[in-house]
Amino acid sequence: MYLTKKEEKTLEGEYGETLRKAIEILVALGDIYGADSLIPVKSAQIAGVSYKTIGDAGLEWISDLKGKARIPAILNPAGMDMMRWQDMGIEPEFAGKQQEIITAYENLGIRTKCTCTPYYLEGFDAGYGDHLAWSESSAVCYANSVIGARTNREGGPSALSAALVGKTANYGYHLDEMREPVMAVTVDIDLSGADYGALGYVAGRVIGNRVPIFYLKGKPSGDELKSLGAALAASGAVALYHVEGVTPEAIRSKFKRPDENLTIEREQILEVYESETECKEEQETDIITVGCPHCSPGELKDIARLLAGKNVRKEMWICTSREVAERYPDLVRDIEKSGAKIVCDTCMVVSPATNNYRCMMVNSGKALAYVPSMCGVASRYGSIEQCVREAVQDES
Amino acid sequence: MRVNCRKISRGIAEGQVLLTCESISFLGNVDPKTGVIVEPKHELFGQCIKDRVLVFPHGKGSTVGSYVLYQLIKNNVAPAAMINSESEPIVAVGAIISGIPLVDRMEQDPFKLLKNGDTVRVDGTNGVVETIE
Repeated sequence: MYLTKKEEKTLEGEYGETLRKAIEILVALGDIYGADSLIPVKSAQIAGVSYKTIGDAGLEWISDLKGKARIPAILNPAGMDMMRWQDMGIEPEFAGKQQEIITAYENLGIRTKCTCTPYYLEGFDAGYGDHLAWSESSAVCYANSVIGARTNREGGPSALSAALVGKTANYGYHLDEMREPVMAVTVDIDLSGADYGALGYVAGRVIGNRVPIFYLKGKPSGDELKSLGAALAASGAVALYHVEGVTPEAIRSKFKRPDENLTIEREQILEVYESETECKEEQETDIITVGCPHCSPGELKDIARLLAGKNVRKEMWICTSREVAERYPDLVRDIEKSGAKIVCDTCMVVSPATNNYRCMMVNSGKALAYVPSMCGVASRYGSIEQCVREAVQDES
Repeated sequence: MRVNCRKISRGIAEGQVLLTCESISFLGNVDPKTGVIVEPKHELFGQCIKDRVLVFPHGKGSTVGSYVLYQLIKNNVAPAAMINSESEPIVAVGAIISGIPLVDRMEQDPFKLLKNGDTVRVDGTNGVVETIE
């Protein structure tokens, strides 16, 4: 791989040990994947934040580093709401360790905003063709597919390295030829809302890590595309998908229809709603969670409307980023009036608080893919309307 | 004997070869406190990787495995160096953050050339593996 003089010097350790290791990581990954050079990136989003995921090993590594991020960089969701962790039933010992991790990142100049939806934050905008180093799988999928930016699925240390160096290795989804669709997915039925998460849940398993192009009847909204991509990235390993006539690269590039085709039928979508993953048939839902990925302002508005004048009788979490919650205090107040909780900085997948429940209802294909295996909690699927009905125990 | 290879993680170290044809998930397969392989189904079950030159095809499993290598070095039970057939990001990143020399793509097959107990020097800075008599 070609390195500039300055990059060579960084690799020789002239700018300190932290930067030396950071660039060594980027160069090693570049060599493994055949990159020709390092390229500047506009922002970084760093996975490996929840103490549940990285443990003492990760905490030690981050704490030992010395340096400052050169580009805007933020974090993936943590293991708890950083302010209301006690309400979530988090143990003080866990909270202490989680706070240490956040402080260690803060010392490196990373903005301590913990979200899987960095694209909703002010000053963190990504545009068409921008190169990024993001790591949360749904954020990667959204950036590549819905925005038309370019990022690989970075690991925690490589995204942190990119933040410190301001660059990443030029391979994978940074290159035109890796962004061409290689399989078609045809869906000839009307879809809306959580149907898109169900579609991603079903199709992701077949697609794996390939780049698909969807041929759909309707035009999904940004929130629907977010649900689709998050599920594709969780049940498969999709980092980029196109939707004919909808996503920006499909509109600009006029891709040729790939020969391989996957058709998804209505029954397959309905099965997701009926399936109960590791849920015993008679087991009652004891928690309802929405906001995987974190809710957009539009989704918060919908939830506030559905909950207006109602009281929840079951635990209900609405996960979002702290910044979005703070931008819409009225929506937060309206939603919490019902007894539902706005949960920031974390989510049902990465928080150990999830383990206190037995059966969870979700409206996210991604949560459905992860909650049973990662949290050991049975899950069932529903639309946002069904989730609210379950929470308020409204039979109508 | 001196064989060229690709450098992944810098540094030079010597040690006795510990070889397995099975891939390793550092998260779950290795005890970070003792450096002992604790996965009962693994070929190296019960063996300690401390100070050895660990030869294995590649890593697998959770990306948290990178941090486990860092714990091994902190606990002074890490391998002296590692040789892969083909390195992947989990082990590559783990080796670099831990300062453990790592090479891959040896010009001669390490599984034919090396055997357990051989003493070798791994030069991850220049990309060379040498046997020491």
